Amino acid sequence: MDGIHDVGGMHGFGPVEREADEPVFHAPWEATVIAIMRAAGSRGIYNIDEFRHGIERMDPAHYLASGYYEHWLDGITRLLCEKGVIAPAELDARTEFFQARADAPATAALPGSLPPRPPANPDWLQSAVRAASVAPRFSPGDAVVTRQFHPHGHTRLPRYARGKRGAIASIHGVHVFPDTNAHGRGEQPQPLYSVRFDAVELWGESAEPNQRVHLDLWESYLSPAGEAGGARSEP
Amino acid sequence: MGKNHPNVDPYVVSRVRALESLLLEKGILAPDAVDRVIQRYEGDTGPMLGARATARAWVDPAYRRRLLEDTPAALGEFGLGYEVLVVKENTPEVHNLVVCTLCSCYPWPVLGLPPTWYKMPAYRSRAVSEPRAVLREFGVQVPASREVRVWDSSAEMRYMVLPERPAGTEGWSEAELIPLVTRDALIGVAEVRVPGSPAAAPR
Repeated sequence: MDGIHDVGGMHGFGPVEREADEPVFHAPWEATVIAIMRAAGSRGIYNIDEFRHGIERMDPAHYLASGYYEHWLDGITRLLCEKGVIAPAELDARTEFFQARADAPATAALPGSLPPRPPANPDWLQSAVRAASVAPRFSPGDAVVTRQFHPHGHTRLPRYARGKRGAIASIHGVHVFPDTNAHGRGEQPQPLYSVRFDAVELWGESAEPNQRVHLDLWESYLSPAGEAGGARSEP
Repeated sequence: MGKNHPNVDPYVVSRVRALESLLLEKGILAPDAVDRVIQRYEGDTGPMLGARATARAWVDPAYRRRLLEDTPAALGEFGLGYEVLVVKENTPEVHNLVVCTLCSCYPWPVLGLPPTWYKMPAYRSRAVSEPRAVLREFGVQVPASREVRVWDSSAEMRYMVLPERPAGTEGWSEAELIPLVTRDALIGVAEVRVPGSPAAAPR
């Protein structure tokens, strides 16, 4: 989707603001969000692509006004509600409970004993590569054109690199396809390529000198350069 | 709210505690999961694995080749199983820079948690379209004769830069070199310097 998350090449965000001696966590709740993100993912409630798409669907104004861990909180909450793990009303009620008891620990609202937990898959984040024997369509050096599309769903082809000519730099093997995996349409693994773009192709006369960008792109994002149906007509 | 400051809205704190409470109750979150996250990252005070691998690559040409060409095996020599890392070497001809424009993908196992600036729109938006301007803000001048090569982490591959060994460290041991290697150098927004030495002049 052409969401607020797809910021590559946008203007107006100002200089990069750095914090000297930045702490690991600015507040304990940030660590809690990491723990929740991993617990729910490793117990199969969502995959990484659904997780990313959950964040992409944030209200754009809220996205820009909030930080990283609040993005995670918003996306995780959306997915837990959509998948019926929690009900919005019970989360609201529990939030009010803790608003009224700011110093209470998370266990304060719980019954005496906790239920058994289903098994977790600790490798859920490191398993995008598939052993499928899919022969890659492209070889290093091949000229390609990226798709020119604006899907409403999840994609990892950023706006700034759509309809652009590049060259295959290397092949990373066969990877889960996020555009389907984020929507319950299966992993549909495809060859993944490192694709090299000249900055002039991406940014035209605004490009800085002597710059290239490499993106990791799935095969179905790419057409041979010049093939009919490619996004750009030949000059 | 400042661009680079955490949200300390009490509502958010209550919301997170409510979610934690509900997921404990439903058997999804383990009671010690939060403590383990804090221990893992706040207890991680030694040199980053990325810095240790870099220093070894500087003193051992065979290790440098393995780190660039068979990265998982090279990381395995430090006891880390991490199949998706790609290491890109800075040279006199090429300066590499890592970003994730769509979210904030980052090689946590070798660099630790990402700094806030890496996750904010200013860096993510500009690193692909004006990397030389971004690098100047970080104090790195890359002459036009040297290519700037940006790695936008759009899939599950993760990227780390192997910076150039600084002049003046000839004969230094691996252990002496490790503390010179900064997180920022491994992202590609800094060069490695010997403490007290002036910034490198643009080539």
